[in-house]
Amino acid sequence: MGEHVIKLPDVGEGVAEAELVEWHVKVGDLVREDAVLAAVMTDKATVEIPSPVDGEILWLGAEIGDTVAIGSPIVRLKVAGEGNVKDALQEVEEGATPSPERQRSTPTPSPSPQGGGGRATASKVGAKPTLSSSVDSKGIEGVGAAATESPSPLRGGVRGGGTAPTSRVAAPGGAPRPEGEKPLASPAIRLRAREAGIDLRQVAGSGPAGRIGHEDIDAFLARGPQVARTSGLARNDAIEDIKVIGLRRKIAEKMALAKSRIPHITYVEEIDVTALEDLRAALNKEKRPAGAERPKLTLLPFLMRAMVRAIADQPQLNALFDDEAGIIHQHGGVHIGIAAQTPSGLVVPVVRHAEARDIWDCAAELNRLAEAAKSGTATRDELSGSTITITSLGAMGGVATTPVINHPEVAIVGVNKMMVRPVWDGTQFMPRKMMNLSSSFDHRVIDGWDAAVFVQRIKTLLETPALIFMD
Amino acid sequence: MKEISCKLLVIGAGPGGYVCAIRAGQLGIDTVIVEAGRPGGTCLNVGCIPSKALIHAAEEFEKVAHMASGKSPLGISAAPPSLDLAKTVVWKDGIVSRLTNGIAGLLKKAKVKTVQGWATFRDGKTVEVETETGTQVIRAETVVIATGSAPVELPFLPFGGPVISSTEALALGAVPKRLAVVGGGYIGLELGIAFAKLGAAVTVVEALPRVLAQYDAELTRPVVKRLAELGIEVMTGAKAKGLASEGQAGKGQAGKGDALLVETADGKNARVAADKILVTVGRKPLTEGFGLEQIDLDMAGKDGAGKDGAGKFIRIDDQCRTSMRGVFAIGDVTGEPMLAHRAMAQGEMVAEIVAGHKRSWDKRSIPAICFTDPELVTAGLSPEEAKALGGEIKIGQFPFAANGRAMTKLGEEGFVRVVARADNHLVLGIQAVGQGVSELSAAFGLALEMGARLEDIAGTIHAHPTQGEGFQEAALKALGHALHV
Repeated sequence: MGEHVIKLPDVGEGVAEAELVEWHVKVGDLVREDAVLAAVMTDKATVEIPSPVDGEILWLGAEIGDTVAIGSPIVRLKVAGEGNVKDALQEVEEGATPSPERQRSTPTPSPSPQGGGGRATASKVGAKPTLSSSVDSKGIEGVGAAATESPSPLRGGVRGGGTAPTSRVAAPGGAPRPEGEKPLASPAIRLRAREAGIDLRQVAGSGPAGRIGHEDIDAFLARGPQVARTSGLARNDAIEDIKVIGLRRKIAEKMALAKSRIPHITYVEEIDVTALEDLRAALNKEKRPAGAERPKLTLLPFLMRAMVRAIADQPQLNALFDDEAGIIHQHGGVHIGIAAQTPSGLVVPVVRHAEARDIWDCAAELNRLAEAAKSGTATRDELSGSTITITSLGAMGGVATTPVINHPEVAIVGVNKMMVRPVWDGTQFMPRKMMNLSSSFDHRVIDGWDAAVFVQRIKTLLETPALIFMD
Repeated sequence: MKEISCKLLVIGAGPGGYVCAIRAGQLGIDTVIVEAGRPGGTCLNVGCIPSKALIHAAEEFEKVAHMASGKSPLGISAAPPSLDLAKTVVWKDGIVSRLTNGIAGLLKKAKVKTVQGWATFRDGKTVEVETETGTQVIRAETVVIATGSAPVELPFLPFGGPVISSTEALALGAVPKRLAVVGGGYIGLELGIAFAKLGAAVTVVEALPRVLAQYDAELTRPVVKRLAELGIEVMTGAKAKGLASEGQAGKGQAGKGDALLVETADGKNARVAADKILVTVGRKPLTEGFGLEQIDLDMAGKDGAGKDGAGKFIRIDDQCRTSMRGVFAIGDVTGEPMLAHRAMAQGEMVAEIVAGHKRSWDKRSIPAICFTDPELVTAGLSPEEAKALGGEIKIGQFPFAANGRAMTKLGEEGFVRVVARADNHLVLGIQAVGQGVSELSAAFGLALEMGARLEDIAGTIHAHPTQGEGFQEAALKALGHALHV
């Protein structure tokens, strides 16, 4: 019987600290080797911290939202055998605890007496200690099984090792149960609800398996008529405090930095993309060469290639401005960040070396990165290192936007919505597919003239798309 | 004859109709019920009750016959029994008549006016009833159609002569020597088993690959085994084709014997010698002969989901309302499951809706029972249906072979099976097969309706020694700690 301390591993190049965004375990949980303990977020990627050993969680060293230094102990486990801690107490006291004031439970130096209970909590410390309660892998299995036998609604999906309970009880304010699931209530409750005009689907059940009881109906009624009433206007005095953590915090910091440091100049120009759209349609319609996996082309790969061309003329647009050092790092490689919306917020996967990719390659890489970003599997490398950025809201693109530069870059190209507009061709109005580009530049290092030249160059390339491919 | 005006008119006094009328009467609604036959409908007159009487008589007879054979392990011997089926039928009719009279009394007590005769719709609010004393016109604010169902007739085996429906089977004067049962559903098997116990040579002809096909094979296995023990021949995958004469078959009999022509599973024609041919291939809703076409209601398919006009059942919503305002329909005429207790619950609900209460159909389960030997009960979802919901499930099954009470009743065949959600242990379905398990249906239904979890059943003391302990043990089994297996 020993203790094993898990320190926050080095989760990426040059990262000194990471933000803890999720605990998958709590004190008292039994975990197996490789079970996910926590998720931490570095610059832009989220990294899961697995357990290297089987054991029981004794102590968690940070709270969600805390920033933890690499190498700090974050979890202490009770394990079979020696463990990796000679003097557990000393180690923990010496260890750089990131937020000692938030430490949730005091370390228990002696072998914990809670070994036998899959759901043991700190309150059980007084329980009778027995040697046989030592947790070896077999013990974990047994306890794990026992835990699944008595689930509470709060521990809906207890998995083998007693990790990561998935709550079935919705958070306050959310739907009381998954869509399509019938409310669970005895016939007497159903009758009472019906007579009171209550739709049980709206009532959360506090009983086992989410069963709705009389007290739930009482609570529902006590919340007042504005809740039960289905029509009419009602005051809503609720204030929900949402902690800005994880990706949201990163985005907030980054946006504040960009807007406070960079004097933006935004330039909007309209582009006639009729010819480009014809070309795109033709290419997408063209029979794919046998064996070659050709992705469907969107507008973005063309824009990327056009930007590569324009940057060849104006390399100062493809740069990172270190304003503290007073140095502009002008890059040869065009690494185009693509701002992408994901369920948890904005991320910017990067298509590296767009100058060395043809249109198909750009499209394929774009698809791959978009998929990875959406599913959250994009690596930190894939989400950083851009030198210029494209932002596109697709059909939601609107007429014009004022894009915020992806600091410390100096330019960002925003794609607005494409729509058919009447265009005067000298003799008559013609229906043309028109699209605006809204681009922002760091006015400290890019003059308005250069910005205009850059956008006009892209306009020329996109309006006569053959130019994109001419050498 | 003077017209009658009322608030509620119920057409049909079966279990759905009479319950609806009684409840409406209790609620002070001015109610008239029309019935051409005796009150009680199929259930009391030619269904549930008389068949159970016959089944009970058959069980008793078979027990004594078993004792007389000297094979009874109980050490009881008896003289071979003899049966006067006509007397049995008189006894059965006595029960039926007590019950139907009871219903007539209950209707009267609830101040429901009963009109005897055949009702025909004139429009959605008016019916004409052909009574013994003339045509009675009844106008009602609300009409409930509870006309029930009738046995399905096969075009190549029309009822008459040796071909009988369940109705005639329950009123036979003597046990047929050889009985062919066309249709191995629960009605065919219940009656087939009963007649086999009374001494008939029974052959069951089922078109599907197995009998009681709507239940899973595991659940029906004890019944299939018992069919074999009782000497009942079961032909599965076989289609009845029509009547044949044994005489024509040239088997040397006097040319008078009848037989059933059957196409067997391998496509060959076979003749099943039979004195009576009982056709039990399902029941159809009674939607004809009472002017339903006058009011042109939307119809639905078997599961109530058919396209408008496509089905033969009256389409209803969750309050049993039809497509016409003020016209409700309940019971068999509205589709499967065609069960008396479903109709009763619908009838009660409709009466309360008519009285202005807020009600709608929110039942979690309609238990179904086959009074075969052994009996079979299902409530809620089968394992397959539960799996189809997508989530993980747990199944606990407890055999009666490990149940003391079952052993003392010579009823070790069968089991109780509980199906629950794996994540929160909510019980989704309960099935049982075994001697006398029909009485467990109450516990099953209650557990489902109350939203019981496995722990609730496992944590309830079940009296010892009873077969009900099997229910508790099945729940314990699903939880992984059954005590007696």
